[in-house]
Amino acid sequence: MSTIINIENLSKTYHRDAEELQVLKSINMQVENGEFLALMGPSGSGKSTLLNMIAGLDTPTSGKVTICGSELSQMNESQLAGWRSQHVGFIFQFYNLMPVLTAYENVELPLHLINLSKEERDKKIRLALNLVGLPDRMDHYPNQLSGGQQQRVAIARAIVTDPSIIVADEPTGDLDRKSAEEILNLMVRFNKELGKTIIMVTHDPHAAGRAHIKKHLDKGTLNGA
Amino acid sequence: MKLPLNYSAKSLFVRKTTTIVTIFGISLVSFVYAAVLMLSGGIKETLVQTGSPDNAIIIQRSSITETTSSLTRDHANILKSYPGIARNAEGRLIATPEVMVIVNLKKKDSDDMVNAPLRGTETNVFDLRQNVKLIEGRMFTPGTSEIVVGAAARRNYEQCKIGDKLFFGKREWNVVGVFDAGRTGFDSEVWGDTEQFMQAFRRPLYSSMTVKLTDQEAFENYQALADNDKRLRVDVKQEQQFYADQSENIAGFIRILGTVVTTIFSIGAIIGAMITMYAAVANRTREIGTLQALGFSRKSILLGFLIESSLLAMIGGLIGLLVASGLSQFSISTVNFDSFSEMEFRFSLTTETITNVLLFALFMGFSGGFLPAVRAARLKVVDALRSV
Repeated sequence: MSTIINIENLSKTYHRDAEELQVLKSINMQVENGEFLALMGPSGSGKSTLLNMIAGLDTPTSGKVTICGSELSQMNESQLAGWRSQHVGFIFQFYNLMPVLTAYENVELPLHLINLSKEERDKKIRLALNLVGLPDRMDHYPNQLSGGQQQRVAIARAIVTDPSIIVADEPTGDLDRKSAEEILNLMVRFNKELGKTIIMVTHDPHAAGRAHIKKHLDKGTLNGA
Repeated sequence: MKLPLNYSAKSLFVRKTTTIVTIFGISLVSFVYAAVLMLSGGIKETLVQTGSPDNAIIIQRSSITETTSSLTRDHANILKSYPGIARNAEGRLIATPEVMVIVNLKKKDSDDMVNAPLRGTETNVFDLRQNVKLIEGRMFTPGTSEIVVGAAARRNYEQCKIGDKLFFGKREWNVVGVFDAGRTGFDSEVWGDTEQFMQAFRRPLYSSMTVKLTDQEAFENYQALADNDKRLRVDVKQEQQFYADQSENIAGFIRILGTVVTTIFSIGAIIGAMITMYAAVANRTREIGTLQALGFSRKSILLGFLIESSLLAMIGGLIGLLVASGLSQFSISTVNFDSFSEMEFRFSLTTETITNVLLFALFMGFSGGFLPAVRAARLKVVDALRSV
């Protein structure tokens, strides 16, 4: 397997007034293509910040983040936005669907950033919604769906562009146990069958248990497990 | 890549009440603006249509209107002697010296008196003004106290039906006919025999002379002859230009007044749109963060919010226009500032007005939406995603 994520000496410091807050301290980490990694740690340990770095949402204070061969720390904001649209799928704790758009239109959103014909777009959306088991909910708005169904739409949106990496920030944090299990099953399936590399931040040891690798962050320092 | 249009359009109606109130505000301002433009447009149209393209009007030099101008009989004879004047079927020159007098007549269904324009003319006036047609009764007989009235005059003044009698110039005048001059200033006039009016009002002088010329070249020659004739001190103008100049004063006044009022109103509407859009940005911070995370650029988010506020304004503008278009059914009567006489006209909805009103609405939406859109585009993705 090849290395898809390579992090070298990554540090992140926030400045609040005169105070300096070092959230990540000299992180070194490699993730192989096709891995399912769980990032755990107490609140404020820096796991979401690390996830944001991997997803290209935030830039490091020092160090290098190389993902799919691109060094993110060298990119400007609009290059990062373009890179994200091609390489990263997002799953959020609160689903982050657009309430005014139907399930179909929500899944369609990231495809607007790629040059595709209407027919190709339609094919991809239907396929993604089929994969998450919601072919009959395409015209439903988020408020007409249960939490678990909304998260499945969000997963369909994350995979529809066929990204290399899926980042998931507490994907089961807002769900009941049964729905959480369904979501984790889907993630495991996409990891196995579609070969997606998944980085998941979670508090839940049960959820983390479904990943191949668990890494713990504590006070900005990484401890492998 | 830009945000899908259906996202902007649908988001507009998430907060129905504020959106509807904002649209109402914008439509109100657009209505007022449209009404003002239709009003000034209507006046201009009426006055410009009053003139015929082939006609030239001759008035005393430096006079703005016919009522303040005087020409002697000698002047009229000189002006008739120049070449280039067209002739009618019987071979007579189409050149009519006229006298304009303003009299007080009673307004219909009211106790108000209005300044009605009287025009002393000749019976061959229809050769000169081919857009004017007798629609009822007959033409006045020269040398008698007979008069004919315009259709708008009959609608707006008392005692203007055929068989009625009007009293002015210390005499009684019999209404014997009604003419239709379309949407022109003539339609509000009362016409009688020039010589009779001059006697009744003890006015030895004509007010103006109107001639029909054979072509454009003839006009230029005619104008040059009159300008260089030492016996005369007159201005020769194309009739349409003469009335267009008159319309500039009153239509321009209404347009300026209306624009000032609309501009003040529009500040309110812009602030309304701004509040609505700021609220939209505040309520959708996490949505904006998500869009940024998915890869939509700051520019596309800025554009998305600008499109949203522009849509809001366009709906308002269209509603305002639609309501204003109903005004074109009405005709109103007002005083022509230049001649101080009554004139009836309609609100006129032109493509220019439609374009101006929609552009103005768009401007309101754009101005109101710009700062909120900048705020949306400048949100930091990490912070926006954390927003509740």
